[in-house]
Amino acid sequence: MRPGTPSTAALALLRRDLLLLWRQRADALNPLLFALMVATLFPLALGPEAGMLSRVAGGIVWVTVVLANLLSLDALFRGDAEDGSLDQLAVSGQPLALLAGARILAHWLGTGLPLTLVAPLLAYMLGLERAALPVLVAALALGTPLLSLVGACCAALTVAMRRSGILLALLVLPLTVPVLIFGAGAVEAAATGGDPSAALLFLAAGLALALPLAPLGCAAAIRIGTA
Amino acid sequence: MNRFVLWFHRMGSPPTFYAFAERWRPWFLWSALAITAVALYWGLARAPDDYLQGDSFRIIYIHVPSAWMGQFIFLAMAICGFVAIVWRIKIAEIMGIASAPVGAAFTAIALATGSLWGRPTWGTYWVWDARLTSTLVLLFLYFGVIGLYRAIEDRRKAARAAGLLAIIGLVNIPIIQYSVYWWNTLHQPSSIKVTKMSSTIDPSMLWPLLAMAVATKLYYAWSALSRAQLMVLEMESGKDWVRELAGLPRVASPSTDTPREA
Repeated sequence: MRPGTPSTAALALLRRDLLLLWRQRADALNPLLFALMVATLFPLALGPEAGMLSRVAGGIVWVTVVLANLLSLDALFRGDAEDGSLDQLAVSGQPLALLAGARILAHWLGTGLPLTLVAPLLAYMLGLERAALPVLVAALALGTPLLSLVGACCAALTVAMRRSGILLALLVLPLTVPVLIFGAGAVEAAATGGDPSAALLFLAAGLALALPLAPLGCAAAIRIGTA
Repeated sequence: MNRFVLWFHRMGSPPTFYAFAERWRPWFLWSALAITAVALYWGLARAPDDYLQGDSFRIIYIHVPSAWMGQFIFLAMAICGFVAIVWRIKIAEIMGIASAPVGAAFTAIALATGSLWGRPTWGTYWVWDARLTSTLVLLFLYFGVIGLYRAIEDRRKAARAAGLLAIIGLVNIPIIQYSVYWWNTLHQPSSIKVTKMSSTIDPSMLWPLLAMAVATKLYYAWSALSRAQLMVLEMESGKDWVRELAGLPRVASPSTDTPREA
């Protein structure tokens, strides 16, 4: 068999992950249902008053997305760590960071992208200002890849454990503070007639920083876990 | 070989490290206690009152050094983590992990004293001030590092994973702090009046503060070395040098890495 190049290896991994995603598409729906349910909890807890809900709608959608993303992270490397594929990836001789990047991309396509697409529905349920909807989608489009990238590093750190449980949340949530602040800040600015571009640019800058660095961190974490 | 490099390499050996820690630990502890006693006496009793805050400002001598240490120790932990991951030095792994509880404690002290200080000056124990919030997130990062270390069974893997998390956290700390400042100014521009001290602190107030900063670092050195010593003993238990230390006879331990004779 001819040895693959790094790009063919990464593409093969991406294809496999997307195929798995498609074969288990009912599972892929779970984060969306979770987000929908959490978004329903807020009006129940805070009261149905429309004015108040529309004021906090952007923040609620962001918290919901962060939590839904968090729940999907544990499965990112768990299955591969258990059946040994992760060790095979680590010793395959291909750049592990690139493979990790492919895995993160698949995770975003399976979680972040659908959440971004379903977010306008949640925002509409909560009565977010119409004007802020495009900004919300733009902020999520920039922010959800960041959540996947940062979360993947933490998920990779926990592969050496049998079950990560609540610990993963403890690792991921503090690191997602900036994403939440800038993401919700952009929506808030747009809803109150301000200029959301600063917050959006910060998200884009964060994405530009995390795109090269997070796969490297992720690969280092996998090597620690599988060594 | 350069003297420092040689020392660095020697410190990688657990018995040498243990002896080094044993020798220097008391010096760190006693100098920390002595400097603390003098600085606190001066700061609490001799320094003049603040013209605005009266006596309540004196908590600065606990609060500010603790907050500095919270960040300083995270940096130290990340450096240890880097050394541990790149060169796989056991002692660096251990020192990084031994630092974590000390740093978390200093951060918690900074938060507690900060809220006590906030009560008379701001009128409340807690506000979502940028600095308070970012310090709280720093404490969460410490909890994450400690929690990750505890959760992984293989001690060395656990230490390296925690070290990597410390590095990731270190990259994120400035981003988190910046974002929190941005968030705070976005939402409430000036509803909190942070009683900023004038940029020039009077020397009579300043030097106890700097002395406390030195004392807390010495205390950290003592505390981390003590913890590291225990961890070294635990990890090396059964090795000859540890048995000798405990006054037990040497044994040809069956589980060491020396290959058995065929």
